[in-house]
Amino acid sequence: MPSPFQRFGNDLFTGKRSIEFVGRRKLWLGISAVLMIVCILIPVVRGFNWGIDFRGGSQFQVAHTSTTDQTIATDAVREVKSDAVVQVSVVNGDGIRLTTDQLTTGQTKQVTNKLAAGYGVSADDITSSYIGPAWGQDVSRKALQGLGVFLALAFIGMALYFRTWKMSLAAIITLFHDLIFTAGVYALTGFEITPATVIGFLTILGYSLYDTVVVFDKVRENTTEDKDKLTRTFGESVNLAVNQTLVRSINTAVIAALPVAGILFIGAFVLGAATLEDISLSLFVGILIGTYSTVFVAAPLYSWLRQGEPAISKHERRVLAARAKAPLVDVENATATR
Amino acid sequence: MAKTSPVRHASRSLIWLGVLVVALAAALTSGIIWGGATVAPKLGLDLQGGTEVILTPALEHGKQVTSDELDQAVSIIRQRVDASGVSEATVSTQGNSNIVVDVPGRLDDATKQRIEASSKMELRPVLLAQSPATTSFTGSDGKSTPYPTPAPTLANTPTAKPTDASDLSWVTPYLQAKYEAFDCSSLKNATTNVAPAHEPLVTCDDAGQTKYLLGPVEVEGSDITNATAGMITSSQGVNTGQWGVNLTFNAHGAKAFDKVSQRLNGYYAAAQSAGTNDPRSQFAFVLDGRVLEAPQMQGVITGNTSQITGNFTQESAQTLANQLKFGALPVSFKVQSSNTISATLGSTQLLSGMIAGAIGLLLVFIYTLFQYRTLGFVTIFSLVIAAALSYLTIALLSWQIGYRLSLAGVAGLIVAIGFTADSFIVYFERIRDELREGRGLESAVEAGWRRARRTIYAAKTTNLLAAVVLYIFAVGDVQGFAFTLGLTTVLDVIIVVLFTHPIMQLFARTEFFASGHKLSGLDPSALGAVYRGAGRFRPAPTVGAAKLASSSREAARRQTIAERKAAELAAAGDRRNGKDD
Repeated sequence: MPSPFQRFGNDLFTGKRSIEFVGRRKLWLGISAVLMIVCILIPVVRGFNWGIDFRGGSQFQVAHTSTTDQTIATDAVREVKSDAVVQVSVVNGDGIRLTTDQLTTGQTKQVTNKLAAGYGVSADDITSSYIGPAWGQDVSRKALQGLGVFLALAFIGMALYFRTWKMSLAAIITLFHDLIFTAGVYALTGFEITPATVIGFLTILGYSLYDTVVVFDKVRENTTEDKDKLTRTFGESVNLAVNQTLVRSINTAVIAALPVAGILFIGAFVLGAATLEDISLSLFVGILIGTYSTVFVAAPLYSWLRQGEPAISKHERRVLAARAKAPLVDVENATATR
Repeated sequence: MAKTSPVRHASRSLIWLGVLVVALAAALTSGIIWGGATVAPKLGLDLQGGTEVILTPALEHGKQVTSDELDQAVSIIRQRVDASGVSEATVSTQGNSNIVVDVPGRLDDATKQRIEASSKMELRPVLLAQSPATTSFTGSDGKSTPYPTPAPTLANTPTAKPTDASDLSWVTPYLQAKYEAFDCSSLKNATTNVAPAHEPLVTCDDAGQTKYLLGPVEVEGSDITNATAGMITSSQGVNTGQWGVNLTFNAHGAKAFDKVSQRLNGYYAAAQSAGTNDPRSQFAFVLDGRVLEAPQMQGVITGNTSQITGNFTQESAQTLANQLKFGALPVSFKVQSSNTISATLGSTQLLSGMIAGAIGLLLVFIYTLFQYRTLGFVTIFSLVIAAALSYLTIALLSWQIGYRLSLAGVAGLIVAIGFTADSFIVYFERIRDELREGRGLESAVEAGWRRARRTIYAAKTTNLLAAVVLYIFAVGDVQGFAFTLGLTTVLDVIIVVLFTHPIMQLFARTEFFASGHKLSGLDPSALGAVYRGAGRFRPAPTVGAAKLASSSREAARRQTIAERKAAELAAAGDRRNGKDD
C-alpha cells in the first residue's frame, strides 16, 4: 500500500489531485506582493542591525595577562553595556583582544578599568581603538559587482536554454523576491548583518535560481509536449509541471534545510557558534522561501507573462473549444484551472 | 549470457569512479609521505588562527591621513599581499588611520617584509653629499673629534628665501651642523629621518655609505605610475648590455620631473665643463627617508618616461623597480603590531559547527530512508562518496595551491549537501514518474535518466556560473565560499554520472528492485503505476506518443512486449483519456 505522502505524489503526477498554483495566480502573486511591500517597509521603519564589520565598533587589547580567561572580558563589557555583542580572542599567547559595539568615551573608560581590574594589569597596558566600517565598503561593493554580472549572465544563459527570455525574467524576479524576503526577516528579527550573513545571502541567490531552473525544466518539457495537443491549456501544462515536481521540491527543501537547521538550532542553543549561526539563519530562511517562491511565484508569474502571446491564446481557445465539444469533460479540473 | 549494454556501461562508469578515487587518494597519500601534504586540509584565519599585522602611518606631528590616501595605501598593500600568493588575506582599514592585514596561517618572512616595507617614496634633489659618511673631523690638534650635536640656538631659517629646491641657501647653520653630526647607524630609528615635504632632509643611503642633505620634495612617489627593470638601449637602439630601471610618471609627475631635470642637468653640464663633480646634479629617490639611489641627471628629460642607469645587476634593477612601483604609497606606514590570532572560532566554533553539521546529516539520512526506503541508501552512499571526493580534492588543493578552508567554505560544503542530494531526488522522482507511466524498471531508469540528466546539467550550470562569477569578482571570505560551491557542483555531477546512475542501472536488474519490492522505494503499485506485472495493465492516461518518442531509444529497445502493448494502447486511448488528467 502506498503511504499517504506517496499517494499524494501519485495523485499530483496524474493530475487527479492538483493544486492551483497557476489558476489562482492572482491570489499567490497578491500574497507575495503584499509580503514584498511589508519586507521593504520593515527595514525602512526599523533599519538593519549592521554588524561591527559594517558600522565599526570598539576594540580593546590587553597585553601580558596572567590569565586568558575570556569570560572576564565578556563580563566587563556586559556590565557596562548589557546588550553588547562581544568577540574575544587570545593574541600572542598572553594577550586578550575583544571587539564589541561602538562605545562612548565614558563607556570605553569604564570597560578599560574593568578589564584592568579583571586581568590584574595596569590600565596603561590596555589599548582601545575603534574599527572603521571597512568590510562593508570594500568587500560588499565587489560582491555587488559580481552579483550584477551573475544576474546578467544567468538571464542570457536561461533565455538560451529555455528558448524564452520570459522564463529568465520570472526566475530573476523570483530571486529578488527571495532576497527581499530574507532581508525583511533580518530587519524584523533584528539579527545582526555580518560578512557571514552576506555570504548566506549570496547562497540564497544561487539556491533560488537553482530551484527555479529545476522546476522550469519540467515546465519546458510539459509545455513543449502539450503544445500540439488539445489536452491542456498552456497554464494547465505549467500547473501540472509544478504539481509533478512538488514532491521533489518538498524533499529537496527538507534535505537542504536539515543540516542548516542542525547548525542553526544546535549551534544557537547548545554550543553557541556565532558566525555559523549568521550564515545558517540566512540559509534556512532562504531555502524555505526559495522553494516556496519557485512554486508560488515563479511558475504563476511565467504563465502570466506568456498569457498574452497570440500563439498561446490561440492554443488555449482551441483546447477549450475541443473540451466544450467532448462529452466527458473533467468539470472539477477545468473550472479550477480555467 | 553476454553482458548487456547498460551493465557494460554501468561497470565502466563505476570503474572510472574507482580509478578517480584511487588516483586522488594515492596522490594525497604520496603527498603526505613525501611532499609535505597534511591529512587535514589547511584552515583559514577564522578557523585556525593566523597573523594580523596592523600598520599605522608615520606622520609628522599633528598631521592626519586623508581617507583618499588611506584607500590608495590599502589597495597598494593588497596588491603586494596578493602578489605573494597568500589566499584569503584581507586588507582593511581600522579607524581613520590604521591598515590591518590579516593573513591566514603562518606569515612567511618574505611576505611579511613585503607588507612591512610599506613606504613613502619621495624624489628630492641633493644639496650636499658625503661618501664615505663620517661623523667626525680631524681637528687642529690632529685628533679625530666627533661633530657636536647641533646647538638648538643655531639659526634654522634660511637667510635668503631659496629660489628653488636646489638652492644652497636651504642649508642653514643648524642643518649644516646636523648634517655633519648625522650618524648613518641611527637610520633605523623611524623618527630620525622624517621631514615635512617642503623642508630639507638629512639622511643616508640604505647601506649607510653616503650621507645626504636633500632639498624639499619635488616629485611624490605616487606620481610614479610604473617602474620596470630592463636592458638599456643606446640612442642608436643598440642594446648596451647594462641593466637599468624605466620609470613612467603621470602627467603631474612628468611636468615636475621635467623642470627638475632641466635644472639639475644644468649643474651637471657646468660641473662637467669645470671638470668637477657637483652633488647638486644628483636627485635622490627617498624611500621611507632612506636614499635608495641618487643618480646624476645626465640629460634633460621630457615626456613621461625616464631611465635610471648605474651599476645595476638584473636583480638590483628589479628590486629598485619593485620598490619604486610598490613603494609608491602616498603615506609611509610603520608596523604597529603583528599578532598571531587564535580565533574564538578556531577553538570552539569549528567543533560546534561540525557536531551540528553531523547531526543535520544524520537527519538527512533518516529522511531519505523514510522517503525512498532502500533507494535512500543510494543517496547516502552517493553523499558519502561526495564527502570523500570533496575531502580528497580539498586536501590536495590545500597542499598544491595552498587553498585554505574558511568558515565560509564550510558553509558552502554544508549547503552542498542539499544541492548534491537534489540531483538524486530529481533523478529518483523522474524514475518514479516513468514507473507511474507504466514502464518496467529497467526502461524507467534509462528514460528517467535521459530526462533527469538534462535538468541536472541545466541546474548545475547555473550553480557553477554563480560560483565562477563570485570567485572572479569577490574577495576574501566570499571567494572561499564560491570556491567550495563550484568544487562541490563539479563533484556532484561526476558522482551522479559515474555512481548514482550506474548503480541504478545495476539495481534495476536485481530481483529486489525489478519486482518492485515494497521496501525498494520503487514499488510500482505504491506509485499507482499503470503496469502491474505480467499481462495486467490498464491504459495509461498520460503516456502520449510524443512523450514516448522523445524518450531514449535505449529505453524503447528495452521495453517488454507487455509494456509496448500498454504504450500502444495508451497512445490509442490518449485522446479519450487525455480529458481527465
